[in-house]
Amino acid sequence: MAGKPKLHYFNGRGRMESIRWLLAAAGVEFEEKFIETREDWDRIRKDGSLMYQQVPMVEIDGMKLVQTRAIINYIANKHNLYGKDMKERALIDMYVEGVADLNEMTIVFPVHPPGVKETKLSEIKDKAKNRYFPAFEKVLKSHGQDYLVGNKLSKADILLVELLYNVEELDPSAIASFPQLQALKTRISNLPTVKKFLQPGSQRKPPTDEKTIEEAKKMFM
Amino acid sequence: MNLHFILPKSPKDQEVIVMAGKPVLYYYNARGKMESIRWLLAAAGEEFEEKFMKTREDLEKLRNDGVLMFQQAPMVEIDGMKLVQSRAILNYIANKHHLYGKDIKERALIDMYAEGVADLNEMIIIYPFGPPEGKDASLAQIKDKAKTRYFPAFEKVLKSHGQDYLVGNRLSKVDILLVELLYNVEEIDPTIITSFPLLQALKTRISSLPTVKKFLQPGSQRKPPVSEESVAEGKRIFF
Repeated sequence: MAGKPKLHYFNGRGRMESIRWLLAAAGVEFEEKFIETREDWDRIRKDGSLMYQQVPMVEIDGMKLVQTRAIINYIANKHNLYGKDMKERALIDMYVEGVADLNEMTIVFPVHPPGVKETKLSEIKDKAKNRYFPAFEKVLKSHGQDYLVGNKLSKADILLVELLYNVEELDPSAIASFPQLQALKTRISNLPTVKKFLQPGSQRKPPTDEKTIEEAKKMFM
Repeated sequence: MNLHFILPKSPKDQEVIVMAGKPVLYYYNARGKMESIRWLLAAAGEEFEEKFMKTREDLEKLRNDGVLMFQQAPMVEIDGMKLVQSRAILNYIANKHHLYGKDIKERALIDMYAEGVADLNEMIIIYPFGPPEGKDASLAQIKDKAKTRYFPAFEKVLKSHGQDYLVGNRLSKVDILLVELLYNVEEIDPTIITSFPLLQALKTRISSLPTVKKFLQPGSQRKPPVSEESVAEGKRIFF
């Protein structure tokens, strides 16, 4: 399995950002090929690399993988970030799916028109505070360990911490009442690979602004 | 009785024996997001029980009992766990019953295909719950995506290797979930699959597996197509 993975996407967070986080946390160097023009978009859809004509697409270990979950699961499997047995995998999946549900709202948020944004922001804050963050705080409290599952780093820890950063950007006090989540965020952020990813100059993408959305809409719709 | 014949012989047998008791499915009496789980359990030959929610109060009770991690259903009690989130549940069943390929690359392909199936199936699950004025457009979109995006993609996979199953020449979760999807699309428009001979053949093959055949017969735990009543019930309980 030689060669660096190659990520095909727009130059923004979107649905590729979780994959960037996971690869970075796993210490995997990767390349990115950005879709920047209408021609780029037409070309990649015509050349047969996209199983469903959609991105993200990641070239990795001889495969052209699409579908965020398929890509994330492959990386997790490859780098031992998926627990030690099938019951741990089930818990990891359950937690990650909850993370993904809330993260989806933050991914889509920049695309809403200004009038709708306020409502959506309230929804995100409400769901974070009353549904998702309490659930994960409870898990960490229940076993008192450093990681969500099996006392070992897994994709769930990395993706949850990404989510915490995302929600905090929209609501800086979001995790103020969740001490276990704060501690997890600090711990994961201090892992050498994650620390590096969080520094300027890494392949982490900035928050999506309205200007970027407008340009993308013009190009692709 | 000679005990040597009933004691577990290997650690693997031991694992199976420790996981006793039938799974219990918590949902309402309709397809919704639980149906794929019913298909997979049935195909894997694992008998299951169902506890149906009938009112909003039933959902609130489960929430107050603390058994729904994100206050949502489906929830499946299985092997000592209370699992929520369809994909977590489906993946666990697939792992348990060896329906997830033989290595991580096969798993990746299975996941990639299953996610495409899930995207189209999701449209079919939710369109009855949308506003009446949007239904025709939703239906048209489902047919279009089936015909021009998803069915061609899966037909191409089957054509590329000519094998009986999508991945690794062996039954996996995605063969079962794709065939469920084919039945769902057929209920909407029986003509779409006619241009996809390999999908038709897969549908026939999977439907002939003894466990699936049984599930497809009247009297099984398979749920009927959505009706106005079940949409109304779903809205009352969940929305």
